[in-house]
Amino acid sequence: MCGDSAAHFFMMTTATHNEAQTIARILAGEKELFHDLIRPYERMVYLTVFAMLKNETEAEDAAQDAFVNAYRYLASFRAESKFSTWLTMIAINQARQKLRRDKKVGFESIEETIEDNDGEFTPAFLTDWREVPLEALERKELREALQKAVTELPDKYRQVFSLRDIQGLSIQETSEALNMNPGLVKIRLRRARIMLQKSLVPFLKNTPPAYRRFGRAQ
Amino acid sequence: MKLDCKHVWGYISDYIDNSVDPAVREDIERHLEHCEICSAILDSTRNILILTADERTFEVPVGFSEKLHRRLEEEIKKDPESGEK
Repeated sequence: MCGDSAAHFFMMTTATHNEAQTIARILAGEKELFHDLIRPYERMVYLTVFAMLKNETEAEDAAQDAFVNAYRYLASFRAESKFSTWLTMIAINQARQKLRRDKKVGFESIEETIEDNDGEFTPAFLTDWREVPLEALERKELREALQKAVTELPDKYRQVFSLRDIQGLSIQETSEALNMNPGLVKIRLRRARIMLQKSLVPFLKNTPPAYRRFGRAQ
Repeated sequence: MKLDCKHVWGYISDYIDNSVDPAVREDIERHLEHCEICSAILDSTRNILILTADERTFEVPVGFSEKLHRRLEEEIKKDPESGEK
């Protein structure tokens, strides 16, 4: 919308401030303003539930339900967390309910306490990938491979990856939204990223190996 | 400290997020200067994240927003008391 980064920063800061005012006005009766309040978060909520349900139609329904719930319970929003984090938590709950109803219990309820063995999570070697991201984006094949690889990540890794890297939440926000220790968020994120790097290597433009110069990685 | 490749892989995610200690960061950078394999792993991972964050990669279905706002409008209309909760 706006190319100037200073102006963008100003807009974002003002947006957070305005958000609190908008919420107060909605609660005071200007209910139509709810449409404007949630407009910046439509994509975020949809992708949050899509990461869990892996089905477009179900994700659309769950995202709608999440926004309806956010509307109904807006008065319970406390500014302790960001509005976006609060919305994300509602979206996650909505998708969890749906999974429970369908008996697809994909998300473990007990967090592993020991996740320190990264032995099986090693990246794939390629010797040079300097493709300019903007050019790579034009390659539909790569975008589709990425979508598929993300969908195929184990649930617990995909959820963290989606919040942090697709929606752009911080580690702290991700950990709040999932009610998960930030250390565990980082471990899962690291593994998700390595798994994706590994599965996407065949789609990356590569140059012939140069092991002879650098030896094999240990 | 001299890092080997396996150590560097363990740090790549945090390195991209800029959340490693400055001293470790220096060690990683020293390693990357001479290790083409780890540099390529870093580049490819970073670029995958750039592609991931691009809105064209993960899109909302066509018509999602319109349907959502219609549903919200119904909700707003049917619950005249909701603003007073």
